[in-house]
Amino acid sequence: MAVVAPNATEIRGLIRKAKRWDVIFVSLGIACLGIGLLTFATLFLDMLIDGWSRLNPEFFTQFPSRRAGQAGILSAWVGTTLVMLVTAFFAVPLGIGAGVYLEEYAPKNWVTDIIEINITNLAGVPSIVYGLLALGLFVYTFGLGQSILTAGLTLALLILPVVIVATREAIRGIPGIIREGAYALGATKLQTVKDHIVPYSTPGILTGVIIGMSRAIGETAPIITIGALTFIAFLPPSPISDVPPFVNFEWLKAPFTVMPIQMFNWTSRPEAAFQHNAAAAGFILVLMTLLMNGLAIWLRYRLRKNIKW
Amino acid sequence: MVNPMATATHASMLGSANPGATAPAVSGDSPPPLKAESRGLDFYYSNSFQALKSIDMPVYENKVTALIGPSGCGKSTFLRCFNRMHDLYAGNRYAGQIVLHPDNTDLLAKDVDPIEVRMRIGMVFQKPNPFPKTIYENVAYGLRVRGMTQKNQLDDKIEESLRGAALWDEVKHRLGEMGSNLSGGQQQRLCIARALATDPEILLFDEPTSALDPIATASIEELVTELKKKVTILIVTHNMQQAARVSDYTAYMYIGELMEFDKTDTIFFKPKRKETEDYITGRFG
Amino acid sequence: MTGPGPSAMPTVVSARLAKKFSRNLRERAIEAILFFAAFVSVLTTVGIVYVLVSESVHFFQRVSLWDFLTDTQWTPLFDDAHFGIMVLLSGTITSSLVALVVAIPMGTVIAVYLSEFATPRAREISKPILELLSGVPTIVYGYFALLFVTPILQALIPGLPGFSLLAAGLVMGIMIVPYVASISEDAMRAVPMALREGSFAMGATRLQTALRVVFPAAISGIAAAYILGISRAVGETMILAVAAGMQPNLTFNPMESAATITAYIVQVALGDLPHGSIGYQTIFAAGLTLMLLTLAFNLVGFYMRKRFREAY
Repeated sequence: MAVVAPNATEIRGLIRKAKRWDVIFVSLGIACLGIGLLTFATLFLDMLIDGWSRLNPEFFTQFPSRRAGQAGILSAWVGTTLVMLVTAFFAVPLGIGAGVYLEEYAPKNWVTDIIEINITNLAGVPSIVYGLLALGLFVYTFGLGQSILTAGLTLALLILPVVIVATREAIRGIPGIIREGAYALGATKLQTVKDHIVPYSTPGILTGVIIGMSRAIGETAPIITIGALTFIAFLPPSPISDVPPFVNFEWLKAPFTVMPIQMFNWTSRPEAAFQHNAAAAGFILVLMTLLMNGLAIWLRYRLRKNIKW
Repeated sequence: MVNPMATATHASMLGSANPGATAPAVSGDSPPPLKAESRGLDFYYSNSFQALKSIDMPVYENKVTALIGPSGCGKSTFLRCFNRMHDLYAGNRYAGQIVLHPDNTDLLAKDVDPIEVRMRIGMVFQKPNPFPKTIYENVAYGLRVRGMTQKNQLDDKIEESLRGAALWDEVKHRLGEMGSNLSGGQQQRLCIARALATDPEILLFDEPTSALDPIATASIEELVTELKKKVTILIVTHNMQQAARVSDYTAYMYIGELMEFDKTDTIFFKPKRKETEDYITGRFG
Repeated sequence: MTGPGPSAMPTVVSARLAKKFSRNLRERAIEAILFFAAFVSVLTTVGIVYVLVSESVHFFQRVSLWDFLTDTQWTPLFDDAHFGIMVLLSGTITSSLVALVVAIPMGTVIAVYLSEFATPRAREISKPILELLSGVPTIVYGYFALLFVTPILQALIPGLPGFSLLAAGLVMGIMIVPYVASISEDAMRAVPMALREGSFAMGATRLQTALRVVFPAAISGIAAAYILGISRAVGETMILAVAAGMQPNLTFNPMESAATITAYIVQVALGDLPHGSIGYQTIFAAGLTLMLLTLAFNLVGFYMRKRFREAY
């Protein structure tokens, strides 16, 4: 037999040794995954336990207060809802439009290259820098003040790359033959985009929008940077009025607070009672982002399962 | 490390396979010694598709055996049974035996470690797949996996293998370059050297020239003929001329079955079955 | 829509031409609108650069770049004002290092495990859960670091202050793990199966294949994951603002409390600084430093990712 080949016992010893490392590594991998998951479970439970005493209906219907036991998140959740409305209003059409443009219209030239590099780069810009942008531009240069509109716009810019990337990926998933099929029937580019490309990529786009919005809901730093007040014991004017034209936009200019800011405010108070409030608000935040991300993941899963080109 | 007991140990440790069905008869004079034998081999993919149906076939020592047949006939599947590549993907299932001689080990037995099988049986793939490492480290890989660390031992073995793969003269001054810098044909010879370094008992070739140009193909074919002095060779090819040129024995497969096995001359000039003749003469496939 | 008779041809053609003209106009208008949507990203970048640079210019008219880079004190709001960015940078660097010591080994091990060992089912379950983890708002991680992790660390390490770079860095590391794991795993999964088969055919075990063949083949993608992880750590704000304290402190000791660049910006924003004051301008100078840092990391990461995509 061959000269260098060690005998069977030796080979087997070698394999056994090598395989022992396989087992060690698998244990290590599972341990690391476990640590990650355990941390998350701990965090979730910690919030729930700390905040349990405050998680009652009044917590949602009361304004923040100097007394921890009476403080609630009414102005925070209303503020978050309104800011999210503004964010979605700008981020969704802009993001989808940009995604459609880059996939379906953009010529291959340096302008397109610059746009693409920009989007990639913006996705990596720390969120607090968006806050500085908003402070310098929206608050002072444009004079929008520390308002719901400013916050909504800032977060819209922040999540724009997420929506654009999701839109592009969804569109790229549509095979070329679908496009060619539409053109072959005499459809114009606009008709093809409107009747085929966008509808077929809706679930993918929706996934991106939800993930982006869930990120926006939890963002704290840029909102603090624009100087949003943290003690707001009133609600912005209602968007719906009883006199024609039944809507008003006063609320856009109103000062506001949002959930993460409220939580930050309570967290930085030394009194334990306020920390319970923070935990309760944190639990609601985690729950919301969890639900939204879960929904997005489920949507994507469904999408992969159902559509077979 | 010379150990005369090596093969004997192997046999006793792995447990002998039961003497099973006999391989199909080969025409002409008495056949050379057996290196391996497939006995009643069935193979099922994880989607329960049966890709191989009861295959009995001998593999003769220091001969080249070619597996031919139309696409999807199971020739590559069959080849990959010999080094248990199918074990890498969950749900694949073998039935029957592949017995390796002289120690009579059933390669497919549950208690036989596929890693051990792969240490004894080398493989060269359809497309050259050098590792993203230097030429030297590509050839050293199998030796390192086997725990060889001494530099001079490695050096000797690597030169020997590269010479064996007819690549030494072309690369001896650039062993530190990445394997991927070589041309396609050189890459494939590097993969052959990589497989040779560990002194395999059988070398499996899965359409080794399908991604190469005619000149590179010719050099690989020449190499195969040269290599059979040292190692038993099993080669899958879609090219009948190639089978005729390089092989001593040829197996014609069709939809998972072994239709005919014989000396290559017999298969090409006096096939026993009509189906084989149709395929060989191009009336089919 | 069906073909008209031959006699009707001329009028129909001109009508069609007119229709085509208006249609073209509409198509063009839509294209212009879509282009604008895409161009918003460029405007955003221009806006960021404009705001940061213009405010920083005012700042550097009052403070020399040399002082900014070499001064060892950061006391912009004191009478005896000093503007040594190194003070804030030391906090950023130290907390990022702590985070990376956690995130890179854990993220890599998880990526190798998921890509090379886990069953497809285990992978399908684990990856979304990791994504969920990375979706948790950072303010929540901040709370967790301050009120859960810090007390535990204090019990283990006597003398650890209530705010520390260590606690914030550790939690930040856990936050970055999914990010590093996910991109590294993508890089490893992009390695062609043929390479793995080549290694297995040599008799290599899974770990040997993973570490000696797959990992080196995916190295530029994995490096990109690390670099993007670093960039995340450097730009992270809330965990640090909550758990690492807001006192500027030139230190590389994770057991101490120190403000990072981001925490400083939060601290100033929480106060009520008049627009145009030097204090107001400091946050833009700090922001510019942060932006340049992350930009450098992102560009390197982007380049490496592109390179590994080209490889296969």
